[in-house]
Amino acid sequence: MGERCVIDVVNLNSFYGGRQVLHDITFSIARNEVTVIMGVSGCGKTTLLRHLVGLKKTGPGQLFLEGEDIGGFNVAAMNRYRRRIGVLFQSGALFNSMTVAENIAVPLSVHSRLAAETIRIIATIKLHQVGLSQFRDYMPSQLSGGMQKRAGLARALAMDPEILFVDEPSSGLDPITAAGLDELILELRDTLGMTIIVVTHELESAFRIADQIVMLDRGRLLAAGTVEQIKANPDERVIQFLQRQAEQKQDDNQKYLERLLGESELHLQA
Amino acid sequence: MLRFVQFVGSRALDNVEGLGRMGVFFAHLLRGIFRAPGKFRPVLKQIQFIGTRSFFVIGFTALSTGMVLGLQGHYTLAKFGSESLLGAAVALSLIRELGPVLTGLMVTGRAGSAMCAEIGIMRIDEQIDALECMAIDPHAYLTSPKLIAALIAFPLLTAYCNVVGIFGGYLVGVGLFGLNPGVYMNSVETSVEWSDVHMGIVKSCCFAVLMIWICTYKGYFTGVDEGNFGPEQVSNSTTRAVVLSSIAILLCDYIVTSIMT
Repeated sequence: MGERCVIDVVNLNSFYGGRQVLHDITFSIARNEVTVIMGVSGCGKTTLLRHLVGLKKTGPGQLFLEGEDIGGFNVAAMNRYRRRIGVLFQSGALFNSMTVAENIAVPLSVHSRLAAETIRIIATIKLHQVGLSQFRDYMPSQLSGGMQKRAGLARALAMDPEILFVDEPSSGLDPITAAGLDELILELRDTLGMTIIVVTHELESAFRIADQIVMLDRGRLLAAGTVEQIKANPDERVIQFLQRQAEQKQDDNQKYLERLLGESELHLQA
Repeated sequence: MLRFVQFVGSRALDNVEGLGRMGVFFAHLLRGIFRAPGKFRPVLKQIQFIGTRSFFVIGFTALSTGMVLGLQGHYTLAKFGSESLLGAAVALSLIRELGPVLTGLMVTGRAGSAMCAEIGIMRIDEQIDALECMAIDPHAYLTSPKLIAALIAFPLLTAYCNVVGIFGGYLVGVGLFGLNPGVYMNSVETSVEWSDVHMGIVKSCCFAVLMIWICTYKGYFTGVDEGNFGPEQVSNSTTRAVVLSSIAILLCDYIVTSIMT
């Protein structure tokens, strides 16, 4: 747990019911850097993100913020932590019943005593930052997917967070809009010194923005390091992921039949 | 046999867990009343949604029910030569029983279902998660203002329902059967006591709490049990919310009546 590290993940295990989805994940997130969490769909990226932002309960001794155990946080401590972070959800998660500007004003009006006019100005500044200032009075449903995501980012930035979590920024976006979001993430790191954690499976985007890449596979940590270290990693699964090779079918005929017919019928036939 | 016992046991455990979760949810709902953010504007908005926008549907239901009570009441009372008591029959039926129940059921169908669907959509679209990540208590922000608004709107809507219903009975009794208007109104005035009005107010407040509790709970946990967050879960939770709220209102009506009579 070095001084440069803002969040330390130590042997994190996670379960949904009886099913274990994360196995002994250990890595650190460095301050003022972009950390990209990568992996194939269903490998546990989003679950890891939910632990990091406190949406999924973490056991004690597995997650640390500047040395403090997040798993031991009470409600007040968790709220203090959440005021230091911003989260952009995959869908944008904008409130449908409010305009874009009202969405951005929500955290400001709840957590600050700023005048309505000041909040309005801050909302416009944040929208300008993501290139949406002319859409401030639009409803979320009137925006395209990419615009909704950018508006979600403006809301995540409303409280000037120290740490920004971004879930799948490029998914469902055209290459130009996705590249624009990547640029914005780098700009936030360079100009505001923000610590940014991005969850994605887009290789191109990850290599462009990452200072550190954390690769997950089937709920386990596969590799962690800089872009060069990941590219030079000799692990078979890392190479398969980087070279975009399809999964090999490993089922034999017996297993395939079992899945088709169900075990009981197969036994009856035998 | 073992499978049957296992099935019954697992269902029982699920139900106990669900009841416990409902209890915790209710505690959060109440606690949210006293927590930030401020409630003034959201409560006004919800009063408009629950109250003002239900005016027509409640008015129409109350008028038709009052008129039916007038018709049926006159038919029954005429057998005993007591037509002059029509006003009392209509007023007492409405104020003690039908006013609060009809209001509760109609508002559940109109506003409760919408609330459940709204919160359910917020759940599947990660909007509730977004609130939590912004360190905003989702109960204080979403559900508690609805409870305060319902506690204000329900008794007022019930009073409105009673007045319109009594007027419906008046239309039939005086307009159709030629009863003396003074006799009808005097019968209402002399028969209705404060305890009857009090019972109606207590019932409407109980129904408000039940409707908000059940509808917001079902919306809040949309898809959580199934582990699947899709549109089908929103429609399922909305249907369950309306059915369960309606049953709860009818059960509560019996319990309050038996305690206060």
